[in-house]
Amino acid sequence: MRPFWVRLVVVLTVLTGVNYVAWRWLASLNWDAWWIAVPLVIAETYSLIDVMLFGMTVWRLKTRTPPAPAPADATVDVFITTFNEPLDLVMTTALAAQKIRHPHSTWILDDGDRAELRELAAAHGLGYVTRSAAWSGMPRHAKAGNLNNALMMTAGEFLLILDADQIPEPDILDNTLGYFNNRRVALVQTPQYFSNVPADDPLGSQAPLFYGPIQQGKDGWNAAFFCGSNAVLRREALMQLGLVGYVKETEKSIRRALGASHSAIRKASKAASSESPLLQQTLDEVEAATQEARRRLDAGESLSEITYRARRRVDLAVQSLVLADVSALQADLEEIAAMSPVEVGAAGVPVVTDDAVQRMASRDWSPLGAIESVQAVLDALSVERADEAQPVMPLATISVTEDMATAMRLHAMGWQSVYHHEVLAYGLAPEDIGTMLTQRLRWAQGTMQVFLRENPLVQRGLKLGQRLMYFATMWTYLSGFAAVVYFAAPIVYLVLGVLPVTSLSADFFLRFIPFMVVNQLLFAIAGKGIPTWRGQQYSLALFPTWIKACTTAARNVWLGRPLGFAVTPKDRQSGGPRWSLIRPQLAVSILLVIAAVVGIGRLAAGMSEPIGTLVNVLWVVFDLVVMSILVRAVLYRGYPGGESDDATHSSTESSKERAIRGPEL
Amino acid sequence: MDLSYEVKDSYAEITAAGRLNMVSAPKLRELVAEVVAAGTSRIVINLEETAFMDSSGLGALIGCLKAARQAGGDLRIARVQPQVQMVLGLTSMDKVLTSYSSAAEAFGDD
Repeated sequence: MRPFWVRLVVVLTVLTGVNYVAWRWLASLNWDAWWIAVPLVIAETYSLIDVMLFGMTVWRLKTRTPPAPAPADATVDVFITTFNEPLDLVMTTALAAQKIRHPHSTWILDDGDRAELRELAAAHGLGYVTRSAAWSGMPRHAKAGNLNNALMMTAGEFLLILDADQIPEPDILDNTLGYFNNRRVALVQTPQYFSNVPADDPLGSQAPLFYGPIQQGKDGWNAAFFCGSNAVLRREALMQLGLVGYVKETEKSIRRALGASHSAIRKASKAASSESPLLQQTLDEVEAATQEARRRLDAGESLSEITYRARRRVDLAVQSLVLADVSALQADLEEIAAMSPVEVGAAGVPVVTDDAVQRMASRDWSPLGAIESVQAVLDALSVERADEAQPVMPLATISVTEDMATAMRLHAMGWQSVYHHEVLAYGLAPEDIGTMLTQRLRWAQGTMQVFLRENPLVQRGLKLGQRLMYFATMWTYLSGFAAVVYFAAPIVYLVLGVLPVTSLSADFFLRFIPFMVVNQLLFAIAGKGIPTWRGQQYSLALFPTWIKACTTAARNVWLGRPLGFAVTPKDRQSGGPRWSLIRPQLAVSILLVIAAVVGIGRLAAGMSEPIGTLVNVLWVVFDLVVMSILVRAVLYRGYPGGESDDATHSSTESSKERAIRGPEL
Repeated sequence: MDLSYEVKDSYAEITAAGRLNMVSAPKLRELVAEVVAAGTSRIVINLEETAFMDSSGLGALIGCLKAARQAGGDLRIARVQPQVQMVLGLTSMDKVLTSYSSAAEAFGDD
């Protein structure tokens, strides 16, 4: 009975952890060295919360039994998303997708709009979709935009989403569609597994802990994540999401416009007061129309009704403005005709028709367009969402990683998700450290964007467990800051002799060691023997990446700055090992070694005590062992097995955008 | 809208760059009144850089035509762009104001 043991160890972890960290806060802080003592105890508290969230995740580990057979009449679209991956790679996946047993249509979603790929698709009887004309000049929203575009052009009840390199098994639909017999299930996610990774996985590409206990645990809380690929989604749920989002966005923009309208109109009307009483009247009428719209909005009337009425009222006012211009003009013409010996026109004074007046009063030619602030208010009084390519955007576009945000919104609307723990597609992982780092950064940035824009702790509709499951993943990405403290503390002791703990007495060891042991035991039991060491190493060693992700995402969300992706130089295959990519880690490692040497010297000189030195030197050794993986990663020359010719090598660079979860590995 | 003018041998050329709309129309009227008052009543308005005109702009053009005629001269337009041409056509004002292909040609015949 694994659940019992897992839960027992979770309880023990929490007890020993709280016992240790509470003692650290209450009885062991060395206030004389607060500048290192306080950061260290905060970092330790961070880690305790992290392991408690992990404990909560695996508390409800869900092992699903295979579902009932798929309904034979379920219609499915298989989407293969691509941007610039090599054609043979895309076609390999597409042809494998064609061979999926359950009846379906296969579509290549080519964001690169490549004519050769279009022809290849046609030659093999595959569907081919590229962005419609509506997208030109509009925000493209990367993969989310690509999928949203395709959703409007296809009709299947369910969608299987595959990244260009994820080669599906023929039974991928047979084994997953059955879950949708439950009408509330919106998503079935299967693992992402990489076929081009050696057993020792030097780049930490496989994510056995995530696509295992973590997803199974989240599943137990009805919070299994959507991971962007190898997942089946219910179209109805996505469309509902898009519609709800559309209404929310539209109402927000109308409210914003109405909120700004009063001051815009007053300013304009102050400027106009001396010039034209008629303009003044028109602006008054616009003001009245917006006030009425606000009243109706508060009364809960439909947005289309409100905007239609407001526009109509404004249009009538504008028409009288145009009509006034036209009659003045007509009067001028009469005068000219009367005084001039020269004919005005061959057939007398021309008359401006009603149709012409209508046209001159329409939105694009309206004289009110001259007052930009007022025009902006009027433009926003619409339900057309003119700033997006399509009004309904089913996949979330608030983050560079659309999947997490989409799943969270689905859960908030009451939909259920399923994690199906069986590898049903085989993908390609990056084969060099540069690409790997770029991907991890991107994933971490996306997660932090969601955290800052739609914090799961305060989203309406989510259950407490779901909130914490999303929060747990986001929390892990803060580990970079804790790592810096964990590296600094031994250096500070060994070099300066400053200990952040009041004493390394029996008190310390009696509290610390049980926590450490039980903590490791939890990972061992929950992981049921799957290798977790690689993941632990990377979660600590990639601290510069995690920190950068947090700072860039915060700047992006709060200050509107671009995320500024690190671009991976194209020449990496030909160049030598790229040590520059791990410069911060190398610097920290050198500091650690120097600190160890200095610390041993101080001990020899009788300047420090043996136990403190021993503990801290061991700590340094641990840190160095953790970071040693980066040396292997930099030296890694790609997957030796299989036919790794140049084409497959370069293909991995951009194809895998979101295969790897971060520190949670 | 940027307005400027230059007095040539037999006429004055006004260049109007930008949008001839409710806000800028009064400025055009003022400028034409100024040019007429300075003694030139034969005026060409070069609309090459006028991308947009609304009903107020059109009213201003006709008002300027009146001012020029009252002073015994005339007002002509040159190098009209598509949107302005549409407005002129729609309101039949192209029967009153002929568009010339260049400012020099506008008074080329007399």
